Amino acid sequence: MAKRIKVLVGKPGLDGHDRGARVVARALRDAGMEVIYTGIRQTPEQIVATAIQEDVDAVGLSCLSGAHNNLFPKVVNLLREKGAEDILVFGGGIIPDGDIAGLKEAGIKEIFRPGSSTDETIKFITDQVNQ
Amino acid sequence: MTAIIEGMLNGNVRSLAKAITIVENDRPGKKELLKAIFPRTGNAYLIGITGPPGAGKSTLTDKLIALLRQQGKTVGIIAVDPSSPFSGGAILGDRIRMQQHALDDGVFIRSMATRSHLGGLAKTTVDVIHLLDAAGKDVIIVETVGVGQDEVDIVKIAHTTVVVMVPGLGDAVQIAKAGVLEIADVFAVNKADREGAAKLVNELRAMLDMSTGDWKPDIFSTVARDDVGIADLLAGIYQHREYVHGKGLDQVKFKSNVRQELCTYLMDGIIELANSYPDFEQLVDNIYQKEITPLEGAEKLFKKMGVKNNWLTTGGDDAEKN
Repeated sequence: MAKRIKVLVGKPGLDGHDRGARVVARALRDAGMEVIYTGIRQTPEQIVATAIQEDVDAVGLSCLSGAHNNLFPKVVNLLREKGAEDILVFGGGIIPDGDIAGLKEAGIKEIFRPGSSTDETIKFITDQVNQ
Repeated sequence: MTAIIEGMLNGNVRSLAKAITIVENDRPGKKELLKAIFPRTGNAYLIGITGPPGAGKSTLTDKLIALLRQQGKTVGIIAVDPSSPFSGGAILGDRIRMQQHALDDGVFIRSMATRSHLGGLAKTTVDVIHLLDAAGKDVIIVETVGVGQDEVDIVKIAHTTVVVMVPGLGDAVQIAKAGVLEIADVFAVNKADREGAAKLVNELRAMLDMSTGDWKPDIFSTVARDDVGIADLLAGIYQHREYVHGKGLDQVKFKSNVRQELCTYLMDGIIELANSYPDFEQLVDNIYQKEITPLEGAEKLFKKMGVKNNWLTTGGDDAEKN
């Protein structure tokens, strides 16, 4: 049997638009994953502490406020500080073209923007975790 | 494995989290891990929180954690949510209500999916309790899935079981039924600011007046969202703890707990063994074709396993009377 994949889906920062995050959480559930949903208005510190306690394989971050360049790398750095750099980090939301290279450089493995299908996200997580 | 064991016993959060995953996913090393920590178990106080979906179990747990922390106690929480019967996936959302404690070193929260285990807990919840216990948590709170009428496994495990009720779910006949309501050591009537709360308290009280045990559960009205009634509820839990200690019931419980675990492993082992026989599927077909009954099928398998006495048809509730 394939490994049971556990994913944290959370929203760092102050915007409360969680429809996208909930759609992704639901799609991952339907793909057989266990999803820890932490809800809105989380600090990067809270997200990282939760990811470590829950021993997740991946962290999915959603941000629609424009603060992704600050918040996403912060999560990656905190995970590194805690010796948990093996946890895969990906993101989604309203993210301009020009920011993507920088985010990937900072350790966010993939960015899913409006219009991307949940199947892509599922395939990405499954491939990465089973690597 | 040694690093994980040492780490978790020395308060390393990542090691504890990894240890839980090993146990939950039956990974190699599980046996060694459980053997190493088992002598250190049996010290934590176990509180079970159960009740219907949406009753406020997570919010109530959140407020209890805050109070326990004020009292200087370290707390472990296991929050169980259901797995999808179709995909096997799950959305574990209990800890949303508890995120204020995410950065507190004295609090460790772990979500568990039932993975189709019945009874309100996951199959490995007891093993995870052992891990949190060995890691030195003073109090362990187990929040069950939202339960209906018969998911009562928590009572076999917890020292004190809190049943959370809310107004508006049914009438006095529901309350008179067997099951979840019977297992409460303490009742919380949550959302007590809503219509029908006083009536529910009265109906519960009337039910309890007829009960005969020597512990009579108290009923506490709470509004968990607004942090109302939580201190009284915790005082009620402590009162039950005194009773449990006084009667030595914690030891009784621990023993029934390990008995239950032994039986679970036995059952798993027997089923696995049966499945390993090449003609197992043939037997299922024979039953399907109505050539033999399921009971006869089980008898055949026990014979194969070398079991001489056939207790399947000689034991049972009525056997002693004959």
